[in-house]
This record gives sequence, structure tokens and C-alpha cells, in this order.
Amino acid sequence: MTRVVEKQTLFRWLLVALLSLLAVGLGYAVLSLPTQTPGLSDFVTENIETSGARNPVTAVLLNFRGYDTLLEMGVLLLALLGVWSLSSAPEQSEASPGPVLDMLSRLLVPLLILVAGYLLWVGARAPGGAFQAGAVLGAAGVLLLLVGWRPGARFSGLPLRITLVMGLGAFVAVGLVLILVGRRLLEYPPPFAAALILLIEAAATLSIGITLAALFLGGRPEERPQR
Amino acid sequence: MEAVTLLQSAFDAVLGLALLWLAWRALASPDLFRSIVLFIAFGLLMALAWVRLDAPDIALAEAAIGAGLTGALLLAALARLESKNETKKLHKKDNESEVHDQGC
Repeated sequence: MTRVVEKQTLFRWLLVALLSLLAVGLGYAVLSLPTQTPGLSDFVTENIETSGARNPVTAVLLNFRGYDTLLEMGVLLLALLGVWSLSSAPEQSEASPGPVLDMLSRLLVPLLILVAGYLLWVGARAPGGAFQAGAVLGAAGVLLLLVGWRPGARFSGLPLRITLVMGLGAFVAVGLVLILVGRRLLEYPPPFAAALILLIEAAATLSIGITLAALFLGGRPEERPQR
Repeated sequence: MEAVTLLQSAFDAVLGLALLWLAWRALASPDLFRSIVLFIAFGLLMALAWVRLDAPDIALAEAAIGAGLTGALLLAALARLESKNETKKLHKKDNESEVHDQGC
């Protein structure tokens, strides 16, 4: 008994020692950073005219570092595939939503869809963009799922899957087309940059929103109507 | 002007301390439901911190994904965990009573 306790305290002290070592290392790294770094922001402001977005964050996410965002879409899809491979969606409970939740969802869901559209559109020149818009859309989906709404069997098969991969698909398709016309992956020609970014972002918003709502559902939705 | 900066730094200090405290409480709380609620509160305050750091994009993402959707996902996971535990407990009780019956 005492031996177990000793082992535990020893382990705890070891953990404390390792964590302090890590803290010292991190502190040293932070303190040894040069105070004035040029960074890449000048580079971004210089090239923002050709990027197709006036908001520097959107310009970086969708143009200069579009590759990262493409991979992020892939990660989100993989997360959903992981959840789907674990189990099918739990059976719907019979409990009906209270009057407040019912009424609130009727008011909020259209509003959330509108806000998602606004965030998507405004992302070109102010804070906003596909991820935020997708998250708001996902929240609308979560609200609908909480109220007890489920996608019909007609939509939970191929249409749902197409919507889920649409964001990544649009990204990859644009990248491939650009390679075919002789540019590099995701190197948008400046005259079309704004339109291409909007296209990718619109597809990505839908995909992100549906993916997040599907994650909340917590499993593969039933595809065939039960007989 | 000076009063405003003083107020701002005081606000920042309170925000930082509150974040650390919420993070610690969320990790240390034995009650999972309470941990999740604390985590959501942490996410909302974190969004405020991002606003104070002049990063409204990240603040939006943090509020929507970090606080809202992650919180909803965690709560859903907790509900499923608890319902699973309950059925397990029920099964266990059934088995025990069966053994008991046989014993009698």
C-alpha cells in the first residue's frame, strides 16, 4: 500500500519536474524571440490587390496559403468519416421539444442561415469567411437536430455525401483546372481570383456546416427507410 | 486618456486571470457536466480575448466553433456516455437479481 503511494508521489514529482523544464524551455524560447520582426504582413499588403480579397485574413487563407485550407477541409471530412465508421446514428428519442425550443428554432434557423450567407459574403473585405459561416450553418443544423428534425432517407444517401465532399471537391477541382491551364496548384489568375475564392468558399461553407451538424448527429444516418 | 488605458489593462488582467481560473476549474472539476459548461464559458471569454488582441476573425471562429459547436458536441457525447452507463448498470442489476433468484 505505502509502496503504491510512494510510487504515485514519485511520479507526481517527476511530472512537476518535467513540466517546469518545459515551462523554462518555452519561456526561454519566447524571451529569445527578436522583438521586431518584419513578418509577412508587408508582403501580404503589397500583394493584396491581386489576391481577389480585400480582407488580409481571407487573402492568406484562400489564396496565399490556400493549400493549408484545402488540407483543413480534408481533416474535417476525415473526422466525420471516423465518426461514421464507429456507429450509425443513435435512434431518435420520442421526447418532443418544449414550446420554447420549438418556437426559438423556428425563429433562429432562418436567421442563422441568413447570418451564414452574410459572413460568407462579407469575408472578402471584413472579418468573416467560410469557416465562420460554416460554423453558423452548423449551429443551425444542431438546433434542428435538437428539436428532433432528421434528414429524410432520400437526402441522407448520395445527396448528403455530395454536399459533404463539395468543399474539398471544389478546392481540388479548381487546383487541378489551374494546373491544366499551366499555372501552379491554386495559383489563381488575378482577374478571376475573386470569383474563384467565392466559389470555393460557398462550397466550403455548405460542406463545413453540414459536416459539423453531421458530427453532432454522432453517427451514420440511416439510409434506407425502415419498413 | 490615461484612465481609459488603465481601465483597459485592468480589464485585460481580469480577463487573463479569469481564463486561467476557468481552464483550471474545467480540468479539475470531477463533474463532467460542470467541466463542459466551464469549457464553454472559457471559449466565450477566449473569444473576448481574441477581440482584445485585434483578431476578430479568430474571435468569430472561437465563439462559433470553440464555444458553441464543441460545447454541443461534448454535451451530446456526455449524454450518450451516461445513457450507456445507465443501461450497463441496469444489465448488471438484472444479472445480479438473476443470480440472487437462482441462489434462492
